Amino acid sequence: MMSMEQVEQARELQYQKAKKEQSFRRKLLRNRFAALGLFVILLLIVTAILAPVIATHAPNDMDVTKTLLGPGQKGHLLGTDSYGRDIFSRIVYGSRISLIVGIAAVVFGAVFGSLLGLVAGYFGGKIDAIIMRFMDGMMAFPFILLAITLMTVLGQGLVNVIIAIGVSNIPGFSRVVRGQVLNVKEAEYIEVTRSLGAKHGRIIFKHIVPNSIAPLIVYATMGIAGAIISEASLSFLGLGVQPPTASWGSMLQEGKDFLVLSPELATFSGLAILITVLGINLFGDGLRDALDPKMKL
Amino acid sequence: MRGFLFKRIIQLIPTLFIVAVIVFFITRMLPGNPAAVMLGPQASAEDIAAYSDKLGLNDPMYQQFFDYLLNLVTLDFGNSLSYNQPIVDLIMERFPNTILLAVSALILAVIVGVPAGIIAARKQNTLIDYSVTTLSLIGVSMPIFWLGVMLVLYFSVNLGWLPATGMGSLEDGFWDFISHLILPSIALATIPTSQFARIIRSSMLETISQDYVKTARSKGLKEFMVINKHAFKNALTPLITVMGLQFSALLGGAVLTETIFSWPGMGLLIIDAIEKRDFVVVQSTVIFVAVIYVVINLIVDILYKVVNPKVNLDSNNGGGK
Repeated sequence: MMSMEQVEQARELQYQKAKKEQSFRRKLLRNRFAALGLFVILLLIVTAILAPVIATHAPNDMDVTKTLLGPGQKGHLLGTDSYGRDIFSRIVYGSRISLIVGIAAVVFGAVFGSLLGLVAGYFGGKIDAIIMRFMDGMMAFPFILLAITLMTVLGQGLVNVIIAIGVSNIPGFSRVVRGQVLNVKEAEYIEVTRSLGAKHGRIIFKHIVPNSIAPLIVYATMGIAGAIISEASLSFLGLGVQPPTASWGSMLQEGKDFLVLSPELATFSGLAILITVLGINLFGDGLRDALDPKMKL
Repeated sequence: MRGFLFKRIIQLIPTLFIVAVIVFFITRMLPGNPAAVMLGPQASAEDIAAYSDKLGLNDPMYQQFFDYLLNLVTLDFGNSLSYNQPIVDLIMERFPNTILLAVSALILAVIVGVPAGIIAARKQNTLIDYSVTTLSLIGVSMPIFWLGVMLVLYFSVNLGWLPATGMGSLEDGFWDFISHLILPSIALATIPTSQFARIIRSSMLETISQDYVKTARSKGLKEFMVINKHAFKNALTPLITVMGLQFSALLGGAVLTETIFSWPGMGLLIIDAIEKRDFVVVQSTVIFVAVIYVVINLIVDILYKVVNPKVNLDSNNGGGK
């Protein structure tokens, strides 16, 4: 049975939580840049889902009689590439690759990284030392270099791109989560829960995880932007998704070879990457400010 | 300080060991026989067997690993099949070019980013501040390979002012040397410039609102001195951290920049070796870059300690205490 005092305390906690959530939403929506970022993200999602409706042509349809057309020529909004494929439609379909890789690679990195960070931070000692030394080793590679090395071994393909970028994301997530766990686990209420006989699993998932979620969300949001750039970089280097799949990075690579004849291909595919990444970063910044402006991420 | 240095250098050993382990296992994950892949489809079975033997691929895994570690410690990376020269020579030939590009980009980023951040903080909520903030946000979101391509399109293809690719030589004149360096440096400097401007602006704003800065100002200290002596000095610590991180990132970013501008550095060497399926070169160059990356991070930690002796870096490290 709970005492009256405990009931009051629980009510107070619930009230504080609701107040915090309300203040977070208000702060986030009041930030115009964050709202703009959210608009870009929603636009990306809608474009990716409705690609067959929005695109004016099939993305891989070639027409050798219509190669390297300028914007607006012969019914091609942004022109055509060297195979006569419609640039606008390929950009629209390319959003699917960016979105899939962006989300899947971050989820991959977040799941494995967070688990490792949780275990390292919570149990400490030798387990922590082993895990974090391994993470330090992974972090010793420049991010893109680790992804390139993995792609060399794994070979081209969408799933491999997700794995390569996801694996490169693991150490970052593990560090963020470990840091949070170290902060939270010394808190008084965790000590009390432990002394009441709660098991490790309950303490971790019921108390520590919910309190570590805010920086994790911000880090993941920024991570999606990073993953989109990484996918484009890998595709640009010819190590990403397999042709003829439309990817913004591979379109940019093709565009580089036709800069004089058709600068549109490189220009528009790059703009798509820039606008998307900028939108996600704007939203991520707003999210961080609304959750905790002092958050060091 | 000496104890701190010793401790940090000792801490490098497990990190470097793990780097070596990761690269060893990644390269052993290659599908098929790496010797066959490197020699190409025309190679005979005898050639493949001989080359596998030369690479030690027929030895048991533990022996391969110990040989590999021994070679690393003695800096014996072996010979490159596709380049037909010792890999150490290849790296020593290319590495200074990458450092030249990375240092140029870093200098450019400091020259532009730091004053931009200071001005934005001083003129908070003005048009200048908004411009710096917006541009720096665009800068950090910039796919540098796209910016590189756009710079080539505008300054090389359209205007014909600067060369699009390659590296200049001082023997061909100072302008030849500099003109080849300008576009790749700008492309590579974009992200660090934006990061520096952002970090300096926010640290300065934080410091400017502190009581002791207000006191310094009210005592009649000149604005230049207030900014220089108090606000900027305090913004220096986070700047050094970001500078170190950015310099390390430049080594990675150079892969893309060097590919676009055909800059003969480590990045282009890696991509070239991947195309030639020369995995021994890929393995050696990746390890080399990772080691440099770790060493730079160590230097940053030391600088951090020098600038701010009170800081306790031990709590930032991964190991259990």
